[in-house]
Amino acid sequence: MRYNERELLSLARQPAEKAAEIRMSVPKKGNVLKKRLVKLVVNFLFYFRTDEAEPIGALLLEHCKITKEEENVFSISFIEEPERKYCFECATEEQCQEWVEALKRASYEFLRRSLIFYRNEIQKMTGKDPLEQYGISEEARFQLGTHRQ
Amino acid sequence: MKLNERSLAFYATCDSPADNSGFLYKRGERHTAYHRRWFVLKGNMLFYFEERDSREPVGVIVLEGCNVELCDAAENYAFAIRFGGTKSRTYVLVAENQAAMESWVKSLSRASFDYMRLVVRELEKQLQEMSQGLAGGCVDSREPPGLWKPKPSGLEESRERLPALPAILPKENGCAVWNNVLGADRLPDTSGCAGHDEEGNPRPPPLPPRRRVSNGEAAAVAQSPSTFCRLHEQYSREVALLRQDWQQRQRGPRP
Repeated sequence: MRYNERELLSLARQPAEKAAEIRMSVPKKGNVLKKRLVKLVVNFLFYFRTDEAEPIGALLLEHCKITKEEENVFSISFIEEPERKYCFECATEEQCQEWVEALKRASYEFLRRSLIFYRNEIQKMTGKDPLEQYGISEEARFQLGTHRQ
Repeated sequence: MKLNERSLAFYATCDSPADNSGFLYKRGERHTAYHRRWFVLKGNMLFYFEERDSREPVGVIVLEGCNVELCDAAENYAFAIRFGGTKSRTYVLVAENQAAMESWVKSLSRASFDYMRLVVRELEKQLQEMSQGLAGGCVDSREPPGLWKPKPSGLEESRERLPALPAILPKENGCAVWNNVLGADRLPDTSGCAGHDEEGNPRPPPLPPRRRVSNGEAAAVAQSPSTFCRLHEQYSREVALLRQDWQQRQRGPRP
């Protein structure tokens, strides 16, 4: 699949929501954990060799499952292939929990659900659609799933 | 750089609703010939397929940080997706009619994650401020005390449209709840994707910088109002209590 690699590389250089050196394994290659610089930018998780400027790879974090595994470890898998796991071994349990929380909120789809939730709540409380003043209430991406009157 | 292409292809073709879709003509990188492709916009990813029923996309354009502009190309209904870098490619796309072009320009210019995050934070802030300022107990009595249950992940909402709501608040409320605390009339299109404001309005002032964690070990980031499940829980309790209070006051003093 073709993609605009230049822009993705540029995204990888931007300030991250979260970044840390974490031991990581990819689904193939015998699940060997290697120290990587892992960086969360918007809904992408980039991973670098610790001394390199360009990432080895990027994961788009949509339709994925973040699972807390054993102590200090969490994994990312995608819904169409749940057995293929990217594993991350953190330095501490606390760091592990922080990453799990951050990654669960890192998808565009999560943001969209949050927006719809807040929009609905505000509407219930005020009778007014908060998106109207921004002129975006009719946009397809902001539509409510359940229509309450 | 490796990309999780299989998952990307799955995301592109699964039945989660698209934010826009349709045929567009796309100009090749080196050649000036246009190819008709089926485009699907999901979130900040613009996928394109050879045919509408192709099983896998030919490619994807990551839209984060792009500008969407109308084009001076010879073709009518042309628009461009541009990126900031010096060697960046510009994607020239041509729609089949004026309405399609406008629809695409609008949806693409607001497609970034950054923009979505902006809107969510604004609404989050509004909701917080509202729940703090609800001492007057002004809750719409027509609403059933239903709690909105967030859909389980994996399910996508159907495309139901919200009818335009009257600007005047219902009279039963008795008092104006809506307190517009925001200074800007309009959210900016995105921090990076603001090439085109179709109404020609002046841009609002830039938003305050977001708190960012720099490279290296992440410092403890202060918990924002955490997951919306917890917020939901909290607000629903408050709203239920206020509603109860308001209803009792409506009924008047008991003999």
